[in-house]
Amino acid sequence: MQTALLEMRGITKVYPNGVVANKDVHFSLRAGEIHAIAGENGAGKSTLMKIIFGMEEPSEGEIFIKGEKVRLQSPQDAIDRGIGMVHQHFMLVPSFTVAENMVLGMEPRRGVGINYAEAVRMTEETARKYNLAVNPKAKVEDLTVGMKQKVEILKALLRGAKILILDEPTAVLTPQETEELFRELTQLKEQGHTIVFISHKLKEVKAICDRITIMRSGRSEGVFQTADVTEQEISRLMVGRDVVLKYDKETAPDGGPVLTVEQLNVNDQQGKALLTDISFAVHGGQIVGIAGVEGNGQTQLIEALTGGLTGVSSSGAVKVKGKDILNSSLLDIRQQGVAYIPEDRMRQGAAGEASISDNLISTRYRSKEMNRGLFLNGSKIAALAASLVEEFKVRCSGPAQQIGMLSGGNMQKVVVARECSTGPDLLIAEQPTRGVDIGAAQFIHKKLLELRQAGSAVLLVSADLNEILEISDVLLVMYEGQIVASFEKPSAVSEEELGLYMLGIKRQNERQTGEATEHV
Amino acid sequence: MFKSKYFEVIRTTAVIVISLAIAFLIITLVSDHPVKTIGIFLLEPLSTKGHIGNVVEMAIPLMFTGLAVSLLFRANMFNLGAEGIFYFSGVVTSVLAIHLTLNSWLHPLVAIAAGSIVGALLSAIPGILKAKWNANELVTSLMFNNILFGIGLYLLNYHLRDAKAFANVSYKFEKTAQLSKIFQGTRIHTGLIIVVVLIVLAHLFLYKTKWGYELRMTGINREFARYSGMKTAKVIIMVHLIAGFIAGMGGSVEVLGMYSRFQWTSLPGYGLDGALVAMLAKNNPLSVIASALFLAYIRIGADLMSRLSDVPSEMISIIQAVIILLISAEQFLKFWKNRMLLKEAKEA
Amino acid sequence: MNSLLNVILTTDFAFSVLRVTTPILFAALGALISNRAGIINIGMEGIMLVSALAGVIVSSYSGSAWVGLLGAVLAGTLIAGILAFFTLQFKTHIILGGVAINMFASGGTVFLLYLLSGDKGSSTSLPSKVLPSIDIPVLKNIPVLGPILSGHHILTYLSIVAVFVVYYLLNRTPLGLRIRSVGENPHAAQSVGVSVVKIQYMALLLSGFFAGLGGAYMSMGYLSLFTRDMVAGRGWIAIAAESMGRSTTVGTALTSLLFGAADALSNALQVLKIPAELIATLPYVATVIGLVIYAVSETRKKNRKVKSPVVK
Repeated sequence: MQTALLEMRGITKVYPNGVVANKDVHFSLRAGEIHAIAGENGAGKSTLMKIIFGMEEPSEGEIFIKGEKVRLQSPQDAIDRGIGMVHQHFMLVPSFTVAENMVLGMEPRRGVGINYAEAVRMTEETARKYNLAVNPKAKVEDLTVGMKQKVEILKALLRGAKILILDEPTAVLTPQETEELFRELTQLKEQGHTIVFISHKLKEVKAICDRITIMRSGRSEGVFQTADVTEQEISRLMVGRDVVLKYDKETAPDGGPVLTVEQLNVNDQQGKALLTDISFAVHGGQIVGIAGVEGNGQTQLIEALTGGLTGVSSSGAVKVKGKDILNSSLLDIRQQGVAYIPEDRMRQGAAGEASISDNLISTRYRSKEMNRGLFLNGSKIAALAASLVEEFKVRCSGPAQQIGMLSGGNMQKVVVARECSTGPDLLIAEQPTRGVDIGAAQFIHKKLLELRQAGSAVLLVSADLNEILEISDVLLVMYEGQIVASFEKPSAVSEEELGLYMLGIKRQNERQTGEATEHV
Repeated sequence: MFKSKYFEVIRTTAVIVISLAIAFLIITLVSDHPVKTIGIFLLEPLSTKGHIGNVVEMAIPLMFTGLAVSLLFRANMFNLGAEGIFYFSGVVTSVLAIHLTLNSWLHPLVAIAAGSIVGALLSAIPGILKAKWNANELVTSLMFNNILFGIGLYLLNYHLRDAKAFANVSYKFEKTAQLSKIFQGTRIHTGLIIVVVLIVLAHLFLYKTKWGYELRMTGINREFARYSGMKTAKVIIMVHLIAGFIAGMGGSVEVLGMYSRFQWTSLPGYGLDGALVAMLAKNNPLSVIASALFLAYIRIGADLMSRLSDVPSEMISIIQAVIILLISAEQFLKFWKNRMLLKEAKEA
Repeated sequence: MNSLLNVILTTDFAFSVLRVTTPILFAALGALISNRAGIINIGMEGIMLVSALAGVIVSSYSGSAWVGLLGAVLAGTLIAGILAFFTLQFKTHIILGGVAINMFASGGTVFLLYLLSGDKGSSTSLPSKVLPSIDIPVLKNIPVLGPILSGHHILTYLSIVAVFVVYYLLNRTPLGLRIRSVGENPHAAQSVGVSVVKIQYMALLLSGFFAGLGGAYMSMGYLSLFTRDMVAGRGWIAIAAESMGRSTTVGTALTSLLFGAADALSNALQVLKIPAELIATLPYVATVIGLVIYAVSETRKKNRKVKSPVVK
């Protein structure tokens, strides 16, 4: 067997806050291949790549390049060894020109100053060599996303990268740009480059990758020839639900419409449509799921429902129990009986340095029952916290523990406990089980179903197909800011079929979606 | 076996030990009789009632500003304006102490209340600028320190100055305005009672009321607070008002408790010391008492040392700098915590 | 009013503007460099103070003003280095680090002064040296311009040269490009192998270097000795000037000159019985107003975008 171009053995990474991002990961890269790393959000792909690129040092484990053991302590070490990386969030300085960004860190000199003409020439030369056209004198802040990505790739190539790591490169691209990128990558491969392609889009992985390493919750689940595995197998390893989620769903009585969205349109500052003619309703005792590839308007939809729209213009109506809440504050919306599980528990959902108990009361500390005169009612709060920790099986040393010390799953249980326990009329759940272990995820699903049974309306936005197909009563699919499909028996819909709608290959006509949504 | 959760306690202890060690080192290098000098530095503050009194007197203003800064830091507001407010409220109180005629109950009450309210209002300005327009509260508060100092000094020199006095000081305060001493043989004044009550109130406020809860959550994660429905802009303005009130009261109390004339011709430094007290107290109101006493203790120790030996008291500012640099150093001893975490993660 | 104009419209006044601007300008350039690298160094005041003392001590022991200048600049750079070490290595909060430096300087300089001279107030007993002032041939004979521009302290001329040097450094050199990239998007800099910590070290050291020049000027030009707390807020004015100058070299230099003029004016206005204490607050008031205007306009800009009508 040939020596691997790059090999990582037994990589473990523990972050200072105690999060274990990689656990005993093995990874090996052959020269001249396009190698995919697939895994869910939070599976540890990005951390692994940061380690290869010298941005993080592993807590344990070894890295070999061409059989030689190396320590990569900074990106410069990685660059020196021919490793280049194209980050998901572009690593460009917006106020600089393309040429300035290209040469940053390796500036050609004339005397003590920068030789700007030479920088432009170097940019043009690299662009020509790899057939990636850019304008060296344009300011980066004025470029399109696809252009910026080209600059990123060129930056790596200019620095002599032989191994090119691309972190979710297609997430931000239009289909045309994606195709162009694939052509470019294939060309680079032919020129002898090795490419690591991080993605969770299986079709893309199948389309251009030779091999695939699958990661799940910080561990490697194995390496395969892409040709030898089916998408189903990959997705099974990735998602890791060997047991398909099945829940006994009793039928809940229809409680009538709780949330109605009518002709909602949202445009950004430039007038580009983010949401177009969105109409649907969620009834009491019903879970409506919204599926879609991330970045197709789900975020804006949630923002419109939770008072979070900023920097955009909107029209239409969003009603909770008949009251328009489109431009209300989240506090007012909450007072209408709305609860909200946010997508990002670290950013919004929890206060990391506060106790579990403090996190549990954040949406109800104002209420009469939590206060006694001027003071918070300590014993009531303690009793509530203890009972929620118990009911939601939060594994912790007690309600006084800092929530930041908990694992992702337990932290999320606290968030879900807080939102579900107020007996909301409407629960908006945004990626409620993202980055959460399977046990916690199933537990959260059961809680959502219990809430439905109790007559609440639930709007579930999720990128997890398994979840959304199993627990939704009605499924809507979003693509480019529109609802393109609507299903009344989601569990009967195949993932393949759903994929066609999610990727915009198929769409129901207006009568069909209209019928279904009206039916809702 | 140490656990990572005791980390903060151990680190604070380590900082204090290191800073004292540096103090001893400096003394050893400078003094002709190092052992004796260290003895004075460490023990002399406890040697007489008067000296103990000095420590407590010194701790009073530090508790005020330490408490004010603690609350601001709790709300994640980087505002160092306590310095200017402490000074300016002292001026305001002095004006009333000189010109009002009231009985000895009302006089200090009115003078201190005025100083505190002025402090609160002045402090609110950077708060409002921050909350409404996101103007950097650090820069505005630092600029305010200098502005308030300039105006205060102007008032002293042009309106309060007693031409008959030999130094640049104000007219004498009315006797009725001055705070009474509460321990014989010391100059400890009723300000001690005021500040301890204030600290207890702040503790209750911070941990036992919904407003304190909002303050803490906003400080830990403003996004989370907003998501939970809190009006974080209001919280920010509120904490500025409270902190300004406390810092202003500190200046007022200090002036009436320790002096018979206003005589600060430069910023007294208690505001920035307050940042140090707050850091040592980890922004906990009750801990402010201990950390202010500690700082006061080493300062009085240094003062006595300079009087009784050959080492100047300014040594203490070097020690204070070391404490600040280390106590706010996230990475200090962090390697040790990381090792603990790795171990704990493996065991789990 | 007339007497005011009589004071301002003299070559003496213009001369004194340049004289008092020098330390502010040096420190403001230093603050500019560290700010462009994304770190606010509020220890300028303290660094200047330490350098002022170092200049006096070194020049009196070496007998040479030039060696003294070197000592002052090295001391400033060293203090900035300590600040950099703690903030970049130990992750001490940069603002608190700056507070610590200022605290250290205000007491530490007195401590050292006392040990060396037995005096806590000033360095009169130390035979320190002063850097020379220079008459510029030809220029000095031109009416009006001559008396204003010629005969200044050598560091005053250097401060003007420094404006051009800093401009070139930030905008035309590799180090400047890196400093700006680190300040604007540190991740971008890091991703191409530019060590953010190293660049921030460089920027902080440079800020200490310039503050050191400002400090040297204070005790070896503006005055000929060290006195307790002699920097008297110039470090803060410099930070204010940088902030008002919106972090550009030209803006910083012009604002420094403006604040220098305000400083010179406060001396002049004493003639008119306008309190110097109030004039001294002008730079700070101007900075707060400038900051608020900027913050408000930024907020307005955002709001305007929100209120634009729906385009369907």
